[in-house]
Amino acid sequence: MNLTLKIWRQPDAVTAGAIHTYQLADVSPDMSFLEMLDVLNEQLNEQGEEPVAFEHDCREGICGSCGLMINGEAHGPEVTTTCQLHMRSFSDGDTITIEPWRSDAFPVVKDLVVDRSAFDRIIQQGGYVSVNTGAAPEAHSVPVPKDDADRAFNVATCIGCGACVAACPNGSASLFMGAKITHLGLLPQGQPERDSRVVNMVAQHDAEGFGGCTNIGACTASCPKEIPLDVISQLNKDLRTAIRHGH
Amino acid sequence: MKVTTGPSSESFDDAAGYYTPGEPLVDTKAPTGPISERWSTRQFEARLVNPANRRKLDVIIVGTGLAGASAAATMGEAGYNVKSFCYQDSPRRAHSIAAQGGINAAKNYKEDGDSVHRLFYDTVKGGDYRSRESNVYRLAEVSASIIDQCVAQGVPFAREYGGLLDNRSFGGVQVSRTFYARGQTGQQLLIGAYQALERQIAAGTVSMYSRHEMLELIVADGKARGIIARDMVTGEIETHLADVVVLASGGYGNVFYLSTNAMGSNVTAAWRAHRKGAYMANPCYTQIHPTCIPVSGSHQSKLTLMSESLRNDGRIWVPKNQADCEKDPREIPEEDRDYYLERIYPSFGNLVPRDIASRAAKNVCDEGRGVGPEVEGVRRGVYLDFAEATERLGKDAVAAKYGNLFDMYARITGEDPYSVPMRIYPAVHYVMGGLWVDYDLQSTIPGLFVTGEANFSDHGANRLGASALMQGLADGYFVLPHTIRDYLADGPFEPIAEDHPAVVEARESVRSRIDHFLSVNGTRSVDSYHRELGNIMWEYCGMERSEDGLKKAIDLIRTLKDDFYRNVKVLGAAETMNQSLEKAGRVADFIELGELMCIDALNRRESCGGHFRAESQTEDGEALRHDDQYAYVAAWEWAGADAAPILHKEDLVYTAIEMKQRSYK
Ligand SMILES: Cc1cc2nc3c(=O)[nH]c(=O)nc-3n(C[C@H](O)[C@H](O)[C@H](O)COP(=O)(O)OP(=O)(O)OC[C@H]3O[C@@H](n4cnc5c(N)ncnc54)[C@H](O)[C@@H]3O)c2cc1C
Ligand code: SF4
Ligand code: FES
Repeated sequence: MNLTLKIWRQPDAVTAGAIHTYQLADVSPDMSFLEMLDVLNEQLNEQGEEPVAFEHDCREGICGSCGLMINGEAHGPEVTTTCQLHMRSFSDGDTITIEPWRSDAFPVVKDLVVDRSAFDRIIQQGGYVSVNTGAAPEAHSVPVPKDDADRAFNVATCIGCGACVAACPNGSASLFMGAKITHLGLLPQGQPERDSRVVNMVAQHDAEGFGGCTNIGACTASCPKEIPLDVISQLNKDLRTAIRHGH
Repeated sequence: MKVTTGPSSESFDDAAGYYTPGEPLVDTKAPTGPISERWSTRQFEARLVNPANRRKLDVIIVGTGLAGASAAATMGEAGYNVKSFCYQDSPRRAHSIAAQGGINAAKNYKEDGDSVHRLFYDTVKGGDYRSRESNVYRLAEVSASIIDQCVAQGVPFAREYGGLLDNRSFGGVQVSRTFYARGQTGQQLLIGAYQALERQIAAGTVSMYSRHEMLELIVADGKARGIIARDMVTGEIETHLADVVVLASGGYGNVFYLSTNAMGSNVTAAWRAHRKGAYMANPCYTQIHPTCIPVSGSHQSKLTLMSESLRNDGRIWVPKNQADCEKDPREIPEEDRDYYLERIYPSFGNLVPRDIASRAAKNVCDEGRGVGPEVEGVRRGVYLDFAEATERLGKDAVAAKYGNLFDMYARITGEDPYSVPMRIYPAVHYVMGGLWVDYDLQSTIPGLFVTGEANFSDHGANRLGASALMQGLADGYFVLPHTIRDYLADGPFEPIAEDHPAVVEARESVRSRIDHFLSVNGTRSVDSYHRELGNIMWEYCGMERSEDGLKKAIDLIRTLKDDFYRNVKVLGAAETMNQSLEKAGRVADFIELGELMCIDALNRRESCGGHFRAESQTEDGEALRHDDQYAYVAAWEWAGADAAPILHKEDLVYTAIEMKQRSYK
């Protein structure tokens, strides 16, 4: 199929960017969205124009590197990552607008690449269990009910892609943060630090410039891992409990 | 004890003329004594570093996958001053995140006869007796602690209703010793290690340099003393000095272009170290994974693995008659199907090890009985059928076990695997070769340690499923932190200045390479060279290799290299994010590695593990090892850009295990 691509080009963080328009022919419906961009880049390279910078690594929907606004939707029209979106979701003759994640807390690095290191700094504030290597008890000494383990796993599948932030009109990272807080909160190992975790992570979230959650739900609708909205309720509940405990 | 498995002990050296023979290599740290005591003895003998001195010791760790993140977190906790590097924007995105199936450990939770010794035995046998006995035993020994550690971190492994951990059996093994977290075990393990790492970053013991690519190793006065890295955002060339350097930079399967590896996985860190004196061991040992989604067209950028756990319930078959290959598989009656693995290997059936399953699939496709679209005149696909499992377990149970894999398959191929059998084909997955290390995980350069997939020691010629994750975490949490002490006990080393000739040389070499790539201004893209290299490697150094093919490949690669340096086109500037420039450096190193892989394969005129030499097979076409001639590690020394590499052989000596021809029949 033949496509018209409108792509955000921005040489670096400080220079202003703009939309550029490219024509691309012979796109196969079996290509992934990123393979389509590879083909465009080969074409640009040929023509002497610098290829479009975009982020990706695993191309299997698991590393969380890729992420683009496609026609205004985070990761595009399907509930999946950009690398797992295939061109069969588009039609011949389509015009596709491609932009980087939009969020003040994710500044543009170049073209479609943004800086998501704020996520790491949120995790640094307590998104872990404090256990030193070699100090762990025998794994079977702490049983975990299967339902809790399954649910913890489900929310732990967050890949840190940032689509939830990009989709949220407030630019909130509550879904990302709630997923981690719920994961560790469901397990016995996560209990001792439960209160301090939520308080410190929320403080970092706000300091990074993410917005507050007003329960719009755009985050969960665009999350490729279908992290449910109730992790945000859990986050708020844990926060209230922590405050009650004097944190 | 008879260990000769080949029919003749006539000597061959197909690679004569392609290399220079070197001195034999011995592992001076190899412990002796009863195998079950070797590791505790070594731990005891390794000297200690007192806590006050640890702060004064600088450790560089390149890579934040399971091997690197676990090491950085552990060394940080111990009080060393750690600098951690990765090329992604966050350590959490390292390629380990993609591992699906699971991680082995000798916990014997199922009381099915598992033990440290059995895990050790299975791993050595699975590696076709080409791994190091002492290393593998240690791996099995610490495996149980890995699970304890990860559970304590909150890794949500699968559990049974009683609240205890669940296990499953996995490719090529008859006991249930694999721990898993749905089909995303690597993700959960890496997140655990990443969280431990972030905790140390917050505590100030580890400084994280993400979006930084190591482009050169600094070797001063015979010791590894630091790295040159490029800040991938600003393009700045940075010098980082330290007392010791650890490479945990992963595998180089992307030399084949199409593979299951993450697109950024590369050999640069290891190759740059190789050029500085670290030997590269068994580079030709490549694992081909049997259950990947087949290639669909020329645009393809990577191949997707379908977890091996599918082989627990799926049955693999092709039509008996070539004429049926185009038919809808559901219309082919039972009697016209060839369940070839169950037929040839009745005791293991669909659970034979990866190399055997892969080659069997290739053979039936070469015979013309493959299914799916024709790619270059051959149908390269076999069915992986869940009809029987669905009948036996019910669709819901199948969905509960494999649902996410089925969804992934449907998304990529546009076909529904619940109603039509999946199609699979082997693809390059993992490399068993890597930098040579001694028992302490130290390379031939003092002060350069290598862990995880980047080293060579534990898997032999073939890796069993669920053992790479085990090795990465064993190295990082439990082995390296002990062995590195012994080296660091001599530190802190004399500080070196930024104008030390070795530092200047390393920095200059990085600059001039970058300047070169940007100034060629040729006509071909970096990717086009990578793809061409990949085709050569897959064709001649892939699942099946022959003397003629390998020699041809070496010529083709030399021509390609020449053309690459004269005709590559890299646009953009050095002082900015430049993804073509990043790729150019990696492809340059892949080209040199590719040539060495072919020379290594040429030297090894035996079939073992994933490496099948056409010249070495039994009458019925099975792989034939030659223990009398090739029971050695081939460790290659760099002799210069225009000189033949030097081959050092390390004999593999087995004392606790008897070498046997592998048979799964
Ligand atoms: C799809 C898939 C499924 C798998 N499933 C399983 C499984 O079920 N069980 C199992 O045991 N194994 C599995 N494996 C294998 C296993 O995942 C890997 O072998 C293992 O994770 C490698 O870990 P590592 O830490 O050595 O390297 P990686 O995880 O590859 O990490 C490499 C690190 O090095 C960094 N790096 C590399 N080069 C540089 C450089 N020049 N400068 C700076 N940083 C650099 C990268 O940024 C990254 O952080 C699977 C592999 C794949 C591809
Ligand atoms: S919650 Fe979902 S959308 Fe947000 S970072 Fe995690 S996976 Fe991405
Ligand atoms: S590239 Fe890894 S999730 Fe898309």
